[in-house]
Amino acid sequence: MLAVVGTIPDPDAPLVDAPLALENGILTANGMPLPPDRGTPALLGAAAVACAHLGIDLPHALLVGDEGLGKGSRALYAHLERILPDRGYSTLAFHYLQPDVDWHNRVLLAVQTMKPCPRLVADAGFMYAAKMSGEALAYDLFTPDAGELAFLADETAPHPFYTRGFILQDDSRVEDLVGRAYEHGNAAACLLVKGSVDRVADKTGVLSTVSAPSEEAMEAMGGTGDTITGMACALVEYGLPVAKAGHVAAQANRYAGELARPNPGSQIGDLLPHLPAALARAMKEAR
Amino acid sequence: MVFGKLFKKRPAKRPGGDKADRGLLVFENTSEVIRAEKMLTAEGWHIKVMGPPPEIQRGCDLVLEFPLIEELNIRRSLEDAGTAPLEVVPVTGPLLSPVDLFQVKDFGEHLMVRAANMKITVEKSTRTIVNISGGGCPDVPYIAARLIGHTLDDAPRPRDIGHTLCGYALNLAFDKAVEQCSP
Repeated sequence: MLAVVGTIPDPDAPLVDAPLALENGILTANGMPLPPDRGTPALLGAAAVACAHLGIDLPHALLVGDEGLGKGSRALYAHLERILPDRGYSTLAFHYLQPDVDWHNRVLLAVQTMKPCPRLVADAGFMYAAKMSGEALAYDLFTPDAGELAFLADETAPHPFYTRGFILQDDSRVEDLVGRAYEHGNAAACLLVKGSVDRVADKTGVLSTVSAPSEEAMEAMGGTGDTITGMACALVEYGLPVAKAGHVAAQANRYAGELARPNPGSQIGDLLPHLPAALARAMKEAR
Repeated sequence: MVFGKLFKKRPAKRPGGDKADRGLLVFENTSEVIRAEKMLTAEGWHIKVMGPPPEIQRGCDLVLEFPLIEELNIRRSLEDAGTAPLEVVPVTGPLLSPVDLFQVKDFGEHLMVRAANMKITVEKSTRTIVNISGGGCPDVPYIAARLIGHTLDDAPRPRDIGHTLCGYALNLAFDKAVEQCSP
């Protein structure tokens, strides 16, 4: 089963450790509605729609409310340290969480006692912590955008906010930055770099690219990166090799954008209804 | 299981690993350090007084080590108390400075500004914030929910409601959007 760990932007939301439900387009976990507008709920929305389309179990959600003070994240980290050794997830994805190196390492230790060890996906804040800890190579997939790739490529930066100017994102330099991230041990086994051209890479370099169709407005929409990561997680859980899952997810996201015809003010809810058709097309082409 | 737990290895960390997510607050004089330390400790922050690394050329001979990710929140507390630091630097690179490069993209009716990993998009005719994307800290979705639909004039500032470095980066993008969308 796929499990997704993240936060929701409501400090009063309790810790939830429950399977997702998707009924009439409404996503819930333990009865709590999860409007998939941005952040981890957007990832969960895409992952749930993709899992339903692929005929596999909906993801298990490990969530907590956190508005950025980190209290919720730390409570969830403590919960994970306690429960993960006895859980049997085959894919485990970490998302919007307060980056904290010490807690990252404690959670990773707990993960490493799981039998079998799940495939690990990290994005957003937990990816930042994974890079800072020096443990990036323990992960199967990171899904950075261009700015986050620059952060992974800068071995001194503790956060994208402190990425050095000479490294800063520039689409023409993505391949160099991928190489630099691997050179310093700051990338997962596979990278899905989201941008005007999406690139799937590993330590040997860029494996594949996806550049069409192109809906420029999607760059401005919050959550479009989360939907790619959510679909990639579902496809990994479905059984695709990680690099192929990344490629298909990136392609499907573009097809969904083409169907949704967004403008820069569109919200992620406009994209989700198109994911099944987009995914079906991308998977057919990938066969 | 018991033996597994006894012998499991802690992940190897990079140099300065435990401190990779820490920052240093630099102050003008020791009295300010003591005042800031007292205040932040009372607020429950895990901070430590220490000597500055040689790269830091400003301030007194004591600095405060703090959780860097929460820079925006801690800086706001100190500024509100009249104890603003001279400088804030990451432990991993005391010479690193916040991102100061912006990317501005014109979509015609909309303008998008990116600072580091954060993007804000504004409808030019109404100055309404229509989208916020990027980032990885949990305050980003929280801030986005409070800003989207408001104009640059009536929206709360990310620096006032955010807590983390992502919130800080978003504030830079917000200020740049205000500058770009000025009449």
